[in-house]
Parts: sequence; C-alpha cells; structure tokens
Amino acid sequence: MGSYLIRRLLQAILVILVVSFLVFVLMRMLPGDPIEMLISSSMLTDYTPEMMDALRHEKGLDQPIGVQYLRWLGQMGRGDFGTSIMQNYNIRNEIKDRVVVTMMIGFAAWLIGLIVGVLLGIICAIRRGKLIDNIVSVLANIGLTAPSFWIAILLVYLFVMKLHVLPLYGYTLPWVDFGKSLKQSIMPILVTALGPIATTTRQTRSSVLEVLNEDYVRTAWSKGLNEKKVVMKHVLKNALMPIVTLQGTMLRMIIGGSVVVETIFVIPGMGSMLTKSMLSHDYPVVQAVTVIMTAVVVLSNLLVDILYAWIDPRIQYS
Amino acid sequence: MSRLLTVEGLTTEFKTERGIVRAVNNISYTVDSGEIVGVVGESGCGKSVSQMSIMGLIPSPPGKVVAGTAIFGNTDLLKLKKESKEMCEIRGNRISMIFQEPMTSLNPALTVNKQMSEMLLEHKSISKKEARERVIDMLRQVGIPDPESRADDYPHQMSGGMRQRVMVGMAMICDPALIIADEATTALDATIQAQLLEMMNNLVREHHTAMVMVTHNLGIVARYADRINVMYAGSIIESGTVKEIWANPLHPYTESLIHCVPQLGQKVEAIPGMPPSLINRPPTCPFLPRCKYRQKCCFEDPVQELTLVEGTHSTMCALRSGGAKNEQ
Ligand SMILES: Nc1ncnc2c1ncn2[C@@H]1O[C@H](COP(=O)(O)OP(=O)(O)OP(=O)(O)O)[C@@H](O)[C@H]1O
Ligand SMILES: [Mg+2]
Repeated sequence: MGSYLIRRLLQAILVILVVSFLVFVLMRMLPGDPIEMLISSSMLTDYTPEMMDALRHEKGLDQPIGVQYLRWLGQMGRGDFGTSIMQNYNIRNEIKDRVVVTMMIGFAAWLIGLIVGVLLGIICAIRRGKLIDNIVSVLANIGLTAPSFWIAILLVYLFVMKLHVLPLYGYTLPWVDFGKSLKQSIMPILVTALGPIATTTRQTRSSVLEVLNEDYVRTAWSKGLNEKKVVMKHVLKNALMPIVTLQGTMLRMIIGGSVVVETIFVIPGMGSMLTKSMLSHDYPVVQAVTVIMTAVVVLSNLLVDILYAWIDPRIQYS
Repeated sequence: MSRLLTVEGLTTEFKTERGIVRAVNNISYTVDSGEIVGVVGESGCGKSVSQMSIMGLIPSPPGKVVAGTAIFGNTDLLKLKKESKEMCEIRGNRISMIFQEPMTSLNPALTVNKQMSEMLLEHKSISKKEARERVIDMLRQVGIPDPESRADDYPHQMSGGMRQRVMVGMAMICDPALIIADEATTALDATIQAQLLEMMNNLVREHHTAMVMVTHNLGIVARYADRINVMYAGSIIESGTVKEIWANPLHPYTESLIHCVPQLGQKVEAIPGMPPSLINRPPTCPFLPRCKYRQKCCFEDPVQELTLVEGTHSTMCALRSGGAKNEQ
C-alpha cells in the first residue's frame, strides 16, 4: 500500500511537470507577444524599440526558453507564482481568491451531478422501457450533446430576458450575501452540472441494469428480501463501483466547463482567469492556472483509484 | 408424512423473437415433508424454469407463468407477485433455493457472514451477534474449516466447492421446510460433488427438510432421492419411486437415460437425436422423433397425460401405460 502510494504520487508529479512544460513551450509558440499587447493596451504609442527591449528584459522574456522554464520551475517550487505581465498583480493572491469561487460552483455542480445522476439512473434501470426511462434517456442524450454555451444562452433568454427572475452575470460569495449568491449561481451551476448529470445517469442506468441480471441478485431475491433491500444492499454497491471511477472524468468535465461558464456569466474564478490570460498572452498566469488545474485533476484521479480499491474487496494494491 | 407442496398444471412460457417458448408444459407433482424428490432430464428440458416458477423468480419479461397452481400450506405460490410481502416471507424462510452457478451466485461485495446472517435478520427476530453465531455454526455443519475466520471472507477468497457449501448453508440457515437444489453440484468436479451431495443428504435428513434435487444425472438421483420425476421437453414424462423407475423404466426416454448412467465396464449409450424445439410444439409425443419403439398410433394421437400404471408409477407414454395397446 505504502509503496503503491509513493509510486502513484511520483507518477502524478511527473504528469504535472510534463504538462507544465508543454504549456510553457506552446504558449510561447503561439503568435502574439505579451509585451506588444501590454503596450497597446496601455495606449502608450511613443514606445521605442529600446524601451520595449528593456521591458522584455525586466519581465525575463529575453532569456533562452530553457532558462526561463527552469527559473519559473524554481520559483514555483518556492511557492512563488510570479506576477502578471499585464496587470502586475501577485498571481498567488489572485488565485487564492478565485479558487474559492470556482470551487463553490464546481463542488455544487459535482454534488448535483452525482445525486441527480445516480437517482435518475437507478429509476431508469428499475423502470426500464417505461415512459420515465424514455424521457430521461432522451434528456440525457441532449445534455451530453448540446454545447454548454448554447444551453447557457437558452437559460439566459428564459430566466433573464423573459422571466426576469435571475441576474445576467456576476458572482457573490454565499457568506457575503446568500440570497444574491444563490440567484447568481443557479444558472452557472446548472450549466456546469448538465454534462455530469447526463453522464452519470447513463452510466448508472447501464451498470444497474447489468447488476440486476447478475446471479447474486437472483440469490438475494431467493432469500426473501424485498425489492428495496435487494436494490439497496445487493445492487447498489456493485453498480456504483463504475460510478466511482467516473468521478475523475466528472472533475475534468467540471473544470473544463468552468472555463466556458465563468466566461459567459462573468464570474471571477479560475476559468475566466485562464481565458483572459490566454487572450492577453499573460504567460505566467496561464502557466500557474494550468498547473493548478492539472494538479487537481491528477491528484483526484489518484484519490479515486484508492477509493475504488478500498470499496471493491477484489482489488489489491499493486 | 404430510403433503408440503402440490403443483398442478404448471406452465411457463417465454416470449422470444422467434416465438413463444413453452419451457414448462403442464406439469403436476407433489412433495411431502422430509422426502427427497429428484428431477432429472437433459439440459434445456425446463428443470430450472419449473423450479424458479415455484419460487416466483422467473425473469419477467420475457417469462411468465401462464397456468397452474402450486399449493404450499394454504397459499398458492403462483398467485403471489414476485415482490409481494407474502412471497418474501416464504422465500428463504420456508422454501429456499440453491442455484446451479456457485461462482456467481454470491455477492462479491459482501462477506459470507453478511450474506448469511442477512437471512436470519430478515426472517427471525435475532440480534446481529446471535446471527453470526448461528452462521458460524452452520458453516461448521456444511464442512467449512475454521468457520470463525472464514465467516469474514469475501466469496472471491473461496473455491467453487466452498462457495457452494456456503450456498447450502445459506439455504439451510432458516431451517426451511423445503430446499430446492438446482444442480447444486453440477459445476464442481467429481470428488467434491460426491462430498457435497453426501453432506447435503445428511443435513436434510437430520433436519427433516424436504428437498427437490434437480440434476441431469440419474445416477445421483437414484442414490439419494425417494421419488423421481423425469422431465422431457418441459413435461414430466415419468414419475415414481426410485425402485419402480430403476427396476422398470416405462418411458422409452427414461430407459435411455438409465443406459446413460456410466457403469463400470459398460459403454455409455448416448440418446440419438436432439430434444425438440419448444416453440410451436406438435400435439404428439415430444419424444416421438427419437423413440425407437414408436408405432403408427404415436404419430396420430395427441400425447396423453401422465397416467398411473401401478403403485405410484406413472408415465406419459401411451404404449407403456396400456392406453394404446389394444389398437394394434
Ligand atoms: N430468459 C429466457 N428467455 C427465453 N427462453 C428461456 C429463458 N430461460 C429459459 N428459457 C428456455 O427454457 C428452456 C428450459 O430452460 P431451463 O433452464 O429450465 O433448462 P434446464 O433443464 O434447467 O437445463 P440445464 O440442465 O442446462 O440447467 C430452455 O430451453 C430455454 O430455451
Ligand atoms: Mg438448469
């Protein structure tokens, strides 16, 4: 168990390093130059090439790329995420504020996805072929295939433009003003949760159906248990094992979704930070955000594997 | 001996793409308390389906019990819904079942103790601790070594033979009046099979539990059962005590089955031909195409019902029960 954990942790660190390197290099290969962006955005037209070089030197962008990477890595190792090229803020402090926002929305979406998805999946499986199963299956397919920005626009049209019940954009933390926070988060959470709900419903439905056909479920019936006990005690645990492994994918979906959702609803989270910094070629910000997102995904996948081995008695750590 | 179960006219069908499969066709039999009734027949003749119909465990759809009664005590089991309270009180408690597949019939996610004591907790008013003690005692009775620690094993930590012992223990634990053992030993190798049969036989005799012993091996049935029902293509085609059937098989199919029992120094005779399709069955005798004694009248007359010949010995064969003799 111990050596298994260490090995998995080392693998995780390696993945994070590779991703950070790729992002570092790819960002610099994209057309566009942060220094030029900075100058044009600050509307200083009388910048000479000498001044630009000085600025480039100041931000450390004139070094060979390998040197830049190693220097950045050392900085990160010390917990220093650097400062934004564009706006000169301390990236670490900025992330600290924004991570909370993304987590609030992401966690709510994850929880809703899990609960609603599992419940719908079980209902569909037990009532398979019935009306409810057909309706939910169609909705799940829509939820899977419809792009989230499109759903977001539909929701905005309905709740903001027509019904006037929800605000168009913005975000308030729940402990600052709960009512306002709730109103502002409903649409973003719903849009983020849609994919997870649909995926979880389909996976739960198919694995419950599979388990319902298992011989040991027939055995459970033959013992005289009622339907509720058969499902709760003998079907669920076995059927939900694949759902545990699905949670890594869920997290990826939610983090990916946050980029879209936070941009549409103008929410000051990690996702909108990433879009903004990408568009302005703010290298250190993009790098810091991607490394953190990668770390979250990789480490939670590790957690899922450990959890899975803990739930399924047949799996040994190896 | 008192009557425990009276089955009459049980008929079970499955809807399939190719048509309606009549897997069990109008069978009637009885089980008395404390006796062992053997059910023999080739693979696919409806042994499992008939027993699962009694237990209300036919997967539906596609399956359905379309006719018949099965009186157990004062209740007709076939009238009860699969998930009804009355059925749940009988299943596992008054009638229990051991299945054909030892490797997959236990829940992989629960320990042996959990799966066994669950039945006690369901049907008897008993504490978890007492239940565990009863489980360990039962495991000892079915021959699991070191039952105190084995009780906390998961099924995957046990061999097929051990798992089937656990299944036997599970079937016995509520001390039911009837155990249906559906080829409980078929999937195991010969030595383990013999041990398990011996153990089951001793156990049910000791507890005075009735048992329906389903198998396709007439040799096994002859050794342990009191009475035998021979099934062919969904029907019981011959019924009687072991002695009656062994000494004087009436139905040509039973006769060939006896020839199929391997005996030292003799060649085993396989029955030529295949069992008939269970879809759109003709009204004539289902064994007709494979029968070496068939007569003209067999092709013309619809098959007769199980007819008593002498003692408790009855058969469906018209030639052997006197029904068709005078026509020749
Ligand atoms: N779920 C099902 N759907 C359709 N037909 C079925 C189904 N289950 C059983 N049958 C049909 O019922 C017939 C009897 O099957 P059954 O399992 O009772 O045979 P069996 O005598 O127990 O055979 P075996 O010795 O192989 O266990 C089979 O021929 C099969 O075609
Ligand atoms: Mg069978």
